[in-house]
Amino acid sequence: MKKLVDMTGIDKHFPGVHALKSVQFDLYAGEVHALMGENGAGKSTLMKILSGIYQRDGGDLEIEGKPASPTTPREAQDLGIGIIHQELSLMNDLTVAQNIFIGREPRKSFGRLDEAALNARTAEIFASMNLNLDPKTLVGSLTIAKQQMVEIAKALSYQSTVLIMDEPTAALNDAEIAELFVIIRRLKAEGVGIVYISHKMDELKQIADRVTVMRDGEYVGTVDAAETPISTIIAMMVGREVNEEPLDVPDLGDAEVSLEIFGLTRGKEISDVSFSVQRGEILGFAGLMGAGRTEVARAIFGADPKDSGDIRVHGKPVSIKSPKDAVRAGIGYLSEDRKHFGLATGMNVRDNIALASMDMFTGSGGVLNDGEISTTAKSYIKQLGIRTPSDAQEVRLLSGGNQQKVVIAKWLLRDCDILIFDEPTRGIDVGAKSEIYKLLEELAEQGKTIIVISSELPEVMRLSHRIAVMCEGRLTGILPGGKDTTQEDIMHLATQRKAAMQVTGTTQ
Amino acid sequence: MTTATDIDKKKPLAGLSESGAYQKLLAFASLIALLIGFSIASPNFMQTSNMIAILQATSVNGVLAVAATLIIITGGIDLSLGTLMTFCAVIAGVALTYLGLPLLLGVAAAIAAGAFCGLCSGTFVAKMKIPPFIATLGMMLILKGLSLVISGTRPIYFNDTPGFDQISRGSLIGEVFPALPIPNGVLILFLVAIAASYILGRTVLGRYTFALGSNEEAVRLSGVNTDMWKMRIYALAGAICGIAGILIASRLNSAQPALGLGYELEAIAAVVIGGTSLSGGRGTILGTLIGALIMAVLTNGLRVLSVAQEWQTVVTGAIIILAVYADMARRKKTG
Repeated sequence: MKKLVDMTGIDKHFPGVHALKSVQFDLYAGEVHALMGENGAGKSTLMKILSGIYQRDGGDLEIEGKPASPTTPREAQDLGIGIIHQELSLMNDLTVAQNIFIGREPRKSFGRLDEAALNARTAEIFASMNLNLDPKTLVGSLTIAKQQMVEIAKALSYQSTVLIMDEPTAALNDAEIAELFVIIRRLKAEGVGIVYISHKMDELKQIADRVTVMRDGEYVGTVDAAETPISTIIAMMVGREVNEEPLDVPDLGDAEVSLEIFGLTRGKEISDVSFSVQRGEILGFAGLMGAGRTEVARAIFGADPKDSGDIRVHGKPVSIKSPKDAVRAGIGYLSEDRKHFGLATGMNVRDNIALASMDMFTGSGGVLNDGEISTTAKSYIKQLGIRTPSDAQEVRLLSGGNQQKVVIAKWLLRDCDILIFDEPTRGIDVGAKSEIYKLLEELAEQGKTIIVISSELPEVMRLSHRIAVMCEGRLTGILPGGKDTTQEDIMHLATQRKAAMQVTGTTQ
Repeated sequence: MTTATDIDKKKPLAGLSESGAYQKLLAFASLIALLIGFSIASPNFMQTSNMIAILQATSVNGVLAVAATLIIITGGIDLSLGTLMTFCAVIAGVALTYLGLPLLLGVAAAIAAGAFCGLCSGTFVAKMKIPPFIATLGMMLILKGLSLVISGTRPIYFNDTPGFDQISRGSLIGEVFPALPIPNGVLILFLVAIAASYILGRTVLGRYTFALGSNEEAVRLSGVNTDMWKMRIYALAGAICGIAGILIASRLNSAQPALGLGYELEAIAAVVIGGTSLSGGRGTILGTLIGALIMAVLTNGLRVLSVAQEWQTVVTGAIIILAVYADMARRKKTG
């Protein structure tokens, strides 16, 4: 097989950081080579060097046997290297074809655009991918999965022989992932080499041929994807064996029911959702993307309005019209998107912890007691093990796991005893993940009520005492936690579409 | 600061870069450089009387700029500050000259009118979700029109209110230290600035001002009534415009209903030169004061050097672009 890429001894320094230490990587035609490592391991830096965004400080790069040093993305494209970034870089108000040929539109005389040629050439690329999409569709009207396909088409339009995909499935649901894998396999068969960056272990087994693991800017090793157990790969990533402790579902007996939801409904997104959670319980919410789990959480929390539905907290009915009402009732919501909805990132750790509880630190005339805020913040930094140089550090400088802990501290300080976690470990390293899991378990043991929404089934199964499953805005069932419930059981409920339910006639 | 962080130790300027302090330093250095430059160029520049003239010229724009700082830190903008100032001056004129109310009541009426109009802007922005630029653009025109309507398009003079002109032009400091006849207008500017600084740094209102500019949705999802706090901030800024209205009316000993348009842009310029980010979440009153002083020094110094007024405006414009460019270049470097 032809070797497309050969990188050896690659070195890269950034001010104050030795980002890559003599890293090696190679890629053959027609293979999917997965690149794995925790956040900050150097995967993206390595790929940015390959795609001409960064220049290496040392080492050799050969493309199809010839030494190469692309200094711009454009040069890398000319060498046949295409990259699909994690954040899609498409213009929503342009059509699919206009996006694919942006900057190199076919022209007629006097600089007029040749829209017909543009659409025809796009249609050709789609045909080669076996993708059924109208070149004239506006990108903004497409699903994320389809937009991803457009990005791939764009990369292919440069005659790319190497395709770098940075976490391509991060925003896709299972059906869309399957669709993506079909395309990847087809490209593979045509001799394209694919670098696949992902955190999802199960995907590796499905799609990758080889796996290279990086850690702290260093090359750890390359192994065969099919033959290597996942635990070995994780061990390579974190530098230690991760032992999955079996979940121990506690017997809550007749512990107080702290939160009850009856007939929660909003438009098409949430239809008639009812459930209850006990004190000390962790209730997991599973389902495919778009199943309505986040919508339920936001409706309970008052962040979005609801059409109907009753909420009882500690047995008493409460009226929640805004987050303020929810917080007063003792409900805290930790959004999946911490940067947008959880943290004032420009502010420091202590102010973020105090953000929901300013009135606790307010004296007469609205004057704040900063000393007390600092003391309180420090006690939470210690209690939750938040790694920050000081309580005056800006939160944007903390890692994802530590930012999450700051948000948790905010709600604990506010004395919220019902905490809704929406994707609590999104964007958090494998190592920090288990720390967050332990923290959630401790909170439950202390008598907090925990709701965890997660798209990662292993995470839901690792944490939940009971598992609520949603599909298309409905709660399709609640399963017991622990080893008796399998991924298949959950997926069965998560894909239980309305038509199927009418046949069986069973609702929850 | 109570704690020195590891990062601070590595990069001595890292601590300064927070809250635009580096830009403030830069602005302060520019102010000093301007002062030195003009004193070398002209012996008349460094005279006490000229320095006092500069301070006096800063007072109205400075007070307006303090109001603008509050709004801009929330991530908003207020285009109605200038005409609101005039509106408040006209209200003072109506209360004092037409209705013959006592001095203190007239001042209170102007400040109350400012707070009320600020509350209106705040309601448009917070409750009705109209973008601040549009809401305050509307408010700017409404207030400009109302000032003309209420005053009958004629200036209102304060000749019947003895002592009104002393609010700005008198000098309490000069009575104690005759060598330093700093006008009350300047004293009021500093009092307003100190009060605003205290509110921003030490009170809940101030903390939420920064938090709203940093990430409003996160604040709302923390259970904070963001709409109410935003309305309060706009109302406070409006009240400060009321003070500016009193100052300008006192200085002119009249309420000039046609005046006011353009003042809001000068105030915003002072805020920007002072290192407050237009995207919100960052800013300081001290920076704004320095920004306002730079503008006044520039205008005054160029006049002392007999540069035509048209050119003074050109230079001011260039300074604004330079100041923001320097700020952005700095941000790029520190990430």
